[in-house]
Amino acid sequence: MTLDAPLAPELEADSDRQGNVPVQSRLKIIDGDVHPTLHSLADLKQFLAPRWREHLEIYGSRRKLGMSYEPYPKSAPRACRRDAWPEDGGYPGSNLELIRSQYLDAYGIEYGILGPLGLSGQSELNQEFSAALTSAVNDWQREFFAKPEPRLKAGIVVASEHAEAAVAEIERCANDPAFAQVFMLTRSAEPLGNRRYWPIYAAAERHGFPVGMHVFGSGGHPYTGTGWPSFYVEEGAGHSTSCQTVVTSLVIEGVFERFPKLKVVIVEGGFAWLPALSWRLDKLYERMRSEVPHLKKRPSEYIRRNLWCTTQPMEEPGDRKQLLDIMEWIGWDRLLFASDYPHWDFDDPFRAFPANIPRERTRQILSGNGRAVYRLG
Amino acid sequence: MSEIYKGAIDCDLHPRLPTPRELGRFMNEHWRDTVELRGIETWDSIAYPPNAPLTRRPDWRKAEADSTPANLAGDTLDRFGFAHAICNSLFPVQAFRDEKLGAVFASALNDWLAAEWLAKDSRLRGSAVLPIQSPERSVEEIERLAGDRRFVQVMLLAMGEHPLGKPMYWPIYAAAERHGFTIGIHAGSSYHHAVTGSGWPSYYLEDYAAQALGFHTQLGSLICEGVFVKYPKLKVVLVESGITWLPPYLWRLCKFWRGVRNEVPWIDRSPEEFVRDHVRLTLQPFDAPSSAAHIGRFMDQLQSDDMLLFSTDFPHWQFDGADMLPPGLSPALTRKILIDNPLATYPRLGPASGGSP
Repeated sequence: MTLDAPLAPELEADSDRQGNVPVQSRLKIIDGDVHPTLHSLADLKQFLAPRWREHLEIYGSRRKLGMSYEPYPKSAPRACRRDAWPEDGGYPGSNLELIRSQYLDAYGIEYGILGPLGLSGQSELNQEFSAALTSAVNDWQREFFAKPEPRLKAGIVVASEHAEAAVAEIERCANDPAFAQVFMLTRSAEPLGNRRYWPIYAAAERHGFPVGMHVFGSGGHPYTGTGWPSFYVEEGAGHSTSCQTVVTSLVIEGVFERFPKLKVVIVEGGFAWLPALSWRLDKLYERMRSEVPHLKKRPSEYIRRNLWCTTQPMEEPGDRKQLLDIMEWIGWDRLLFASDYPHWDFDDPFRAFPANIPRERTRQILSGNGRAVYRLG
Repeated sequence: MSEIYKGAIDCDLHPRLPTPRELGRFMNEHWRDTVELRGIETWDSIAYPPNAPLTRRPDWRKAEADSTPANLAGDTLDRFGFAHAICNSLFPVQAFRDEKLGAVFASALNDWLAAEWLAKDSRLRGSAVLPIQSPERSVEEIERLAGDRRFVQVMLLAMGEHPLGKPMYWPIYAAAERHGFTIGIHAGSSYHHAVTGSGWPSYYLEDYAAQALGFHTQLGSLICEGVFVKYPKLKVVLVESGITWLPPYLWRLCKFWRGVRNEVPWIDRSPEEFVRDHVRLTLQPFDAPSSAAHIGRFMDQLQSDDMLLFSTDFPHWQFDGADMLPPGLSPALTRKILIDNPLATYPRLGPASGGSP
């Protein structure tokens, strides 16, 4: 998992030209998906008002899952790498020293963009509690990660189903350089292009934040349009369908027409599904544009302008050249590297990419694109 | 007119939807009375709004007004020289919440299709619609129609109550395999759930786009639950699913399966292998860009010349003019798509090994 892995040759050649700087500081990797975890509930409680601290103690987190954790048992405890458990007894992603040594330093990460999951306030049934929790989680990210470790940038978690509170939270965090994105989840009460969410997009656009839409969450529906699958493997593969629902809804309901500068980043959904979806939407648009006269462009044009995808978990066709076609069709400037540290399906920046991607392209995906989207200097 | 379609088998043709009252003619007295007494004047789903552009090609809409539907289908077969066309009925029996009503309407619909379409043109073949609300009643319907070889397929929808791989549905696959029926999964929903995992979209365009996601789920379910391990002769046709979504979804499913396959230890092969052996797709809507280069790349992704089946999707509007095939296909592949692949997929299309024609 560390630098005994051979670097892609293009990167090695590139770094040689720069002299004796250690490899990990030359690549300047920007990682669009890193998951911080609470070390203890007390860490979070200090940021909650007494009223909500008490609520949490008495009633706990009640999410639109009907379960206290996730409905599909994971493939590994907490869905994490076995080697990411800190010796202090906490959960993976909770110990900053281990995050530094195992991940930030080991891979030469310039910036990691945080996306808190679990007890983060999203998908809570009680809307006011949802709002209070998201604020506390944002304060906790700032104090425990972004402040002590400037390589980590926080995501503004918002109560997606309570737009008024979500907007207030974006405003509260907007001027703090600790935050680099607004963070939502793909499974929602209504498809995410629905007008109830537009105030959130208006606020994100106003402040220049990209909106990271990360897989998971629960809007109170079965996870698919045909009910509940049985297995975690189906849920995992099926995240790409939730992502397609998000993209379809944002485009067709007119979000990108109304908010032309909005940047949406699909996180942890892979990306190979995007060309086929664009073709399908374009074809349907040709037939039925009379239903959606609010659209002034073809769906693929909005996608090309307003959407990015993080790369993990990167699809792996048997013939890796086929992945290059997909990247070419999506656009090399649209893909942002993500590792998903510390989860089991972590993508290693030195191993995940097909070896035949041109050096400049790899550099774009590993750092240039992220620098622009997240506005990192 | 081009000769290339001569002998082709159209694997997706849609009969006009009958009214509940027309179907009442094929019910016993109690249910016929039910249709009248309970005022079931219409039973339409929100799929395929009758006047939507996708639902009727403009030229076919005009022709339909001048002709009886079965004759119109026959004219299309004559015009292109098709050998057969498989009729998929979209009357939404799946939407009934009462499984008995669903079963009565499904039987009536199948009998209506036999009388009003299959009996009127010997080239037409049918899909038996199943009352999927009840696997038990679905099996009864399969057994009831098994002797009529004009029915070559049983038809399910891309979205229903549960993913179709669940063991509760396996008696259907056992019966289908026993009688040589192919399983057709057609775009559509019982609308017992919202069409997406995040609720109802506002526009019909989104609903239709979401159908492809239903196919993702069904395919993942059939594979992961082990349907193809249990029923090795089963063939599943994804009808009107679109096609370019398939390879990227398989890459993803295979990667997850490699990572977490201890969850589904009965799966003894990569999901891709099950798909190449058991799954076929009808051609329309062909959702790749219409350049030969793109289509060549897509066929490379598919890694099989056996999987695509010709379809017109008549009278839905999926292609313009008479160009029913995407450009750039070799003559050999064209013949496979038009004739050989359908014949290999539908055993009941071939000469009977006994029973009625």
